[in-house]
Amino acid sequence: MRILVIAKLTFREASRRKIALTAGLLGLAFLAVYNVGFYYVRTQPYGIPTAALGQREAINLMLMAGLYAANFMTGVMSVLVSADSLAGEINSGAIHAIVAKPIRRSEIVLGKWVGFAGLLALYVLLMGGGLILSVGLQANFFPLNPLGGIGLMYLETLLVMSITLAFSSRLSTLATGAAVFGMYGISFLGGWVEQIGGVLKSQSAVDIGVLASLIMPSESLWRRAAYEMTSPLLRTLGNFNPFGGGASVPSPLMIVYATLFALVALGLAIRTFLRRDL
Amino acid sequence: MPAIETESLRKEFGSRVAVKGLTLQVEQGEVFGFLGPNGAGKTTFIKMMLGLVRPTAGRGQMLGTPISDVATRAKVGFLPEHFRFHDWLTADEFLTLNGQLYGLGSSDLKQRSADLLEKVGLEPFRHQQLRTFSKGMLQRIGLAQALLNHPALVFLDEPTSGLDPIGRRLVRDVIRDLRQEGATVFLNSHLLSEVEITCDRVAFIKHGEVLRINALQSLVDGETSVTIRASGLTPAILAGLEHFGQDIRADGELQAAATSGELRAAARGSGRVSLTVSSEAILPEIARYLVTQGAELYALTPQRISLEELFIQVVGTDGGL
Repeated sequence: MRILVIAKLTFREASRRKIALTAGLLGLAFLAVYNVGFYYVRTQPYGIPTAALGQREAINLMLMAGLYAANFMTGVMSVLVSADSLAGEINSGAIHAIVAKPIRRSEIVLGKWVGFAGLLALYVLLMGGGLILSVGLQANFFPLNPLGGIGLMYLETLLVMSITLAFSSRLSTLATGAAVFGMYGISFLGGWVEQIGGVLKSQSAVDIGVLASLIMPSESLWRRAAYEMTSPLLRTLGNFNPFGGGASVPSPLMIVYATLFALVALGLAIRTFLRRDL
Repeated sequence: MPAIETESLRKEFGSRVAVKGLTLQVEQGEVFGFLGPNGAGKTTFIKMMLGLVRPTAGRGQMLGTPISDVATRAKVGFLPEHFRFHDWLTADEFLTLNGQLYGLGSSDLKQRSADLLEKVGLEPFRHQQLRTFSKGMLQRIGLAQALLNHPALVFLDEPTSGLDPIGRRLVRDVIRDLRQEGATVFLNSHLLSEVEITCDRVAFIKHGEVLRINALQSLVDGETSVTIRASGLTPAILAGLEHFGQDIRADGELQAAATSGELRAAARGSGRVSLTVSSEAILPEIARYLVTQGAELYALTPQRISLEELFIQVVGTDGGL
């Protein structure tokens, strides 16, 4: 019950501080730009192959380009909305009146998590779902497993948000942002190293990429999401797909690992906040 | 069952000891003042009681349950020092949020919020966001949230900070109402005049230790210095004053006159005598004694020790630094 009170507070904060409005409007602007761009590329005589087989793969690749950008934006949004949450309230002292109420500290963290999870679900739906729907309506093309792909993108935002909360329960807002973006960067770079290693058949490079994914599995989730939304032909033909889902595809075990990673991060956030003097 | 009971409660922040080992008992229905210089550990103690800070050692109970018991906080109100909040909420929403955290039902909460907004004088501003409030208004809304749950125990940490005289009077009225309702009030304040008016007992703390606990009534009833201005004070009358008190001191002129047997100076009404009596209750007897002995009494003035003087006596003037 009190978890929901905190979750509602998180929603209301996003609304009152115009976070939801700004993100929503810019998300719509992103979709508008993508739609216009996609329209002109699709209708340009030499933009997309006319043969049915190549045409679908080209549209799929364009969709993946859009989703790649959307995935980056949802990841960044996860950090931005949650970094100041605990850290900011601890720093300002606004948390004092809340913690002194008959509410467990774990409920406060879980409430915030639920609130952000709801907000990010809407954002992922807007960005990912909006792109898939745009392409579907314009070109009558839907990716192979859109629900699986969007679900994995959402899991990535939950992972990033959980890690952000864990840092936010101990560090300041800026330090939290720096730490999570640092991890995000390692993961991003690791993903590319792994893919390039896959193309060049370099096991060492692949191993480094896997290691980076173990440190921060966000990029793995994107590459698995991309794989889920890529046509079988593109999977085999596009040995090196710049938007993921190409040479080295994370296994389902990596999804389990990422899920556990998010749960451990949430547990750490609770544990750290529980032990912290306010 | 005491409202607050602690035994050797201690808090260390690294190598710094904030609260050394605080043992305290506050009875239910009491208005208890917590006094000490800056950095004495007053706020840390309150934070330990409310679960904001974990004690390093010792034990504490609130309303008969250990301080770690979250459910007990449903009966506890708290106005933090330097109160901060989600300033994008309106006053009404802010109270609703806090009421929901207390677990109040919606109809009860609605009524209680309306009553409290009225009480703290913020009813006209109920739909205004807190970011538009002045410091005094914020303190008032903070006070309102601390009272939402009809608390049995209220911690007020510097409640008059930022308040004008009208606001201070409001806090006094709130404390008086809480006392009438049988609630316990734990008041941490630097405004000793407020404490003097409102509290039943006070604890003086310094360097995280209780130095002394005083009932404030004892300041009224207790040992008092009295100044007498009278003429016709003979050495015999002065000697007779020893029955009423001690530490009798006559001013220089009177002393000289008494010593030389020349009492004319005293007879002109310029004689002043001071003595310390055990209670103000003895003053009428002194007046009767002087008059029946033939002295002419012009003034009999008790010089009651103020809480501020007591504070300086107990805590010292080094500010605890």
